[in-house]
Amino acid sequence: MAEPGRLTRDDVAHVASLARLHLSDEELDLFTGQLAEVLDHASDVASLDLAGVAPTAHAMAVVNVLRPDEFHPGVDREEVLAQAPSVEDHRFRVPRILGEAP
Amino acid sequence: MVRAGEWSAVDILEQHLAAIEAGDEAIHAFNLVTADEARAQARAVDRKVADGGDPGLLAGVPVALKDNLCTRGVPTTCSSRILEGWKPPYDATVVTRLAEAGALLVGKTNMDEFAMGSSTETSASGPTRNPYDTSRVPGGSSGGSAAAVAAGFAPLALGSDTGGSIRQPAALCGVVGMKPTYGTVSRYGLVAFASSLDQIGPLATSVADAALLFDVIGGHDPLDSTSLNRPTPRVLSVIDDGVEGLTVGVLAEFLDGAAPDVADRVHQAAEVLAAAGARVEEVSVPEVTLGLSAYYLIAPGEASSNLARYDGVRYGLRVDAEDTVAMNTATRSAGFGDEVKRRIMLGTYVLSAGYVDAYYNQALRVRTRIIDGFAAAYRHCDVLLGPTAPTTAFALGAKTGDPLAMYLSDVCTIPSNLAGHPAISIPFGAGDDGLPVGVQLLGPALSEGTVLKVAAAVEAAAPPLAAPAPAPAPAEGVAT
Repeated sequence: MAEPGRLTRDDVAHVASLARLHLSDEELDLFTGQLAEVLDHASDVASLDLAGVAPTAHAMAVVNVLRPDEFHPGVDREEVLAQAPSVEDHRFRVPRILGEAP
Repeated sequence: MVRAGEWSAVDILEQHLAAIEAGDEAIHAFNLVTADEARAQARAVDRKVADGGDPGLLAGVPVALKDNLCTRGVPTTCSSRILEGWKPPYDATVVTRLAEAGALLVGKTNMDEFAMGSSTETSASGPTRNPYDTSRVPGGSSGGSAAAVAAGFAPLALGSDTGGSIRQPAALCGVVGMKPTYGTVSRYGLVAFASSLDQIGPLATSVADAALLFDVIGGHDPLDSTSLNRPTPRVLSVIDDGVEGLTVGVLAEFLDGAAPDVADRVHQAAEVLAAAGARVEEVSVPEVTLGLSAYYLIAPGEASSNLARYDGVRYGLRVDAEDTVAMNTATRSAGFGDEVKRRIMLGTYVLSAGYVDAYYNQALRVRTRIIDGFAAAYRHCDVLLGPTAPTTAFALGAKTGDPLAMYLSDVCTIPSNLAGHPAISIPFGAGDDGLPVGVQLLGPALSEGTVLKVAAAVEAAAPPLAAPAPAPAPAEGVAT
């Protein structure tokens, strides 16, 4: 497996925007160094030849977990909405969505 | 004693609330003390005893809850600004089971923000201090739960363990802490960090108490789709069965990185088990040395996905902005601390196109290798023995500027999470600095009974450890 190049400041800025985080210039510098160090440590994993080894996503995998198709009350709507920052007509209210850059 | 009517639940509760009142200003084990709710529970237990009813296995026992366990109508913060003031609309399954067993839920304990950390210093509410020395960390992320038990604020506490977050603070605070087999304790109502690794477990002052608490909270729960639908081992009844005929493997790789005083204690624990009739041999599982790297690719990957839900729309903090994406970004940037941001970005990076094969998928293959490595050891060993943490409790602030150094304190606990296996930390004397040392026992999936049985034998011969001062004065010269 080819090892990726060292993490750059631009990489961190890109993932921060994907993760909806705004970083100051100082934070970008700090996090780039720290995260690159963690990824350098992980190079022992990235450089291993593990062709033919199956991946494990769940150590105690269970499959096809179904429950009987019976009615159960859910959580109380008013109790849920009472925790929301902004509500209108029993719905969550958010600022405008259309017309924005992604 | 409460069930026999010798003590009233109200009296026991008031003693513990008084201890919290006197001592927690110096320790900061709790984010929130729920005295009124606990008093109502205590009165209900006493009424039940007076009426001749069975008040439950934990009747009148104060239990502290890590602040990532949902409690209906009671704030649950994960020690994060982004959940400040949030009152969950439902109880975690473990909370329901504790209440049904007659436990008194005394409060929500401090933790590293979203359980990301090994020292409880990433908490937005400020660090918890180690009851043995308030200039030292309690470990983390369940540092508040471990400190609460060590300081005598509650005899039992629940923590969650994603990479050692029950066992490492238990070791540093001189208490017992167990991470059960993945799937044996319901995660319903546990705020998710890394879903394939997270597991709730007990912290206690003794192996028997930890076993009792596990018996109460364990078992299948249809509300958690990863809950194992098979009999959970009932463990309290077997812990005194002795270790004769069992084989204990001393795990060489865990000793390699341990401080000499910690390694000495592990060897001493091995001698104790040999004297009690176990066969003790040295074992090597080379694959575990890859655990740390694999974990810090897998756990942030899962976290980056799980924490996407904090968007300022449905609950918690919102920082207003002109459109929704700007609002999401402003909310998350203000609401998350640095360590959580680091892990979200690391996880986003290792899952992104171009890197997912080199990092994340590669780490999942390493996980398979670690499971296979353990399986080879368990073909001739019943349990494995090693240190819980490489050192005793370190000073506050010692590792906060160096994330990788902080991550290394989880090196001996992470492999059990990756494998889904049970593991327990038992206090075993002190290090050269007089602070508690924890030794760790690991076993294969669903071997809690065996692990606890061996733990009880270790505990029975553990060197003495002086109890921490009941109400330590606040440490000088350390930022609060």
